[in-house]
Amino acid sequence: MDDPFVLAGVELSSRLILGTGGAPSLQIVDEALAASQTAMCTVAMRRVDPATSGSILDVLDRRGVRVLPNTAGCRTAAEAVRTAHLAREALETDWVKLEVIADERTLLPDPIELLEAAQTLVAQGFQVLPYTNDDPILARRLQQAGCVAVMPLGSPIGTGLGISNPHNIELIVGEAEVPVILDAGIGTASDAALAMELGCDAVLLASAVTLAQNPARMAEAMAAAVIAGRLARLAGRIPRRHHAHASSPTEGMAVF
Amino acid sequence: MRLEVNGTARDLDDGTTLAAMIEQLAGSTRGSAVVVDGEVVPRSEWRDYPLRPGQTVELITAVQGG
Repeated sequence: MDDPFVLAGVELSSRLILGTGGAPSLQIVDEALAASQTAMCTVAMRRVDPATSGSILDVLDRRGVRVLPNTAGCRTAAEAVRTAHLAREALETDWVKLEVIADERTLLPDPIELLEAAQTLVAQGFQVLPYTNDDPILARRLQQAGCVAVMPLGSPIGTGLGISNPHNIELIVGEAEVPVILDAGIGTASDAALAMELGCDAVLLASAVTLAQNPARMAEAMAAAVIAGRLARLAGRIPRRHHAHASSPTEGMAVF
Repeated sequence: MRLEVNGTARDLDDGTTLAAMIEQLAGSTRGSAVVVDGEVVPRSEWRDYPLRPGQTVELITAVQGG
C-alpha cells in the first residue's frame, strides 16, 4: 500500500517512533530497534560521563535510524531553547522534540512555557515537534506557531494508561494540518492501534517497549499494532449500533 | 590550567582548544555539544577556540531518552 508518512518534508518508512529511554542496556535498545522497524528514535541531552562505554548514536547509526533529540527535563522555555541549541550542535539536526514539563509528579507539559519555546525555536529555524497536552486549542496554537507536528499525550509519561481522552485526540486530528503523533502513555499494543484508528499519523512510545518484560517482542507487537491501526483507519470502520445486525442472509432459510 | 568541566575541576595543558578537550573527555567530537561560561559554542568554532583558566564548561552528549 502506498501510504507514505512525511514529516517536515522527510519521508519516514515507519509510523512508529521509538524513545530509547529506560532500556537496561544498549543491546536491548538494539534488539528493540530491529524488531520495531522504526525509522526514528528520540535521545536526551546530558553531561558526558567518561565511565560510559558505547554510544546510543552508534546503535542508531548502525540501524540507519534517524535521531530526534528531546528537551526532556526542561521546566522553562529558556531551558528548552538552550537544550535545543545544544542538541543542534551535538547532532547537527534542527529537528527537536520539544518538552517543557511543569513538575516531576505529573510530567505534564507546561502549556505557557511550551508555546513560548515553540515560537522562539521556530523563529530560529528549528523543526519543532512539541510534546503537548491533549488540548485541541493548544494543539491549534502550536500549529499556528509553525510547529511541523503536534504530539499530544495519551496519558502522562510512563503511566501506561493508554489514551484517556480519545475524544480530544479525535478533535486534534480533525483540524490538524500537520502530522499528529500520539506521544506518551501507551501501555500495550492495543493503545497504539487505537491511536492510529483515531487518525493519528504516528505513535511515539518508549517505556511500553523498553520496560516490557520482553522489549524486542513488545517492539514487534507495537510495529504490528501501528500498521493494523493505520489500515483500519484508512479502511473506515463500521458505525457502532445499539442492536444486532445479521451478517448472514435472512432470506432463503431451510424449512424444517 | 584548571577549569571546571561538568562540575568537576580539571587540569588541562595550557592552550588546549575546545575540540581537543572534547576529544580527550568524550572520545570524539561526534554527538557532543559544549557550553562555556553559559554560552553554547557553535561546532564550527571548536577547532580554534582556546580554553582559558577558570572557565566553566558543560560537555553534553546524546543519551538514551524518551
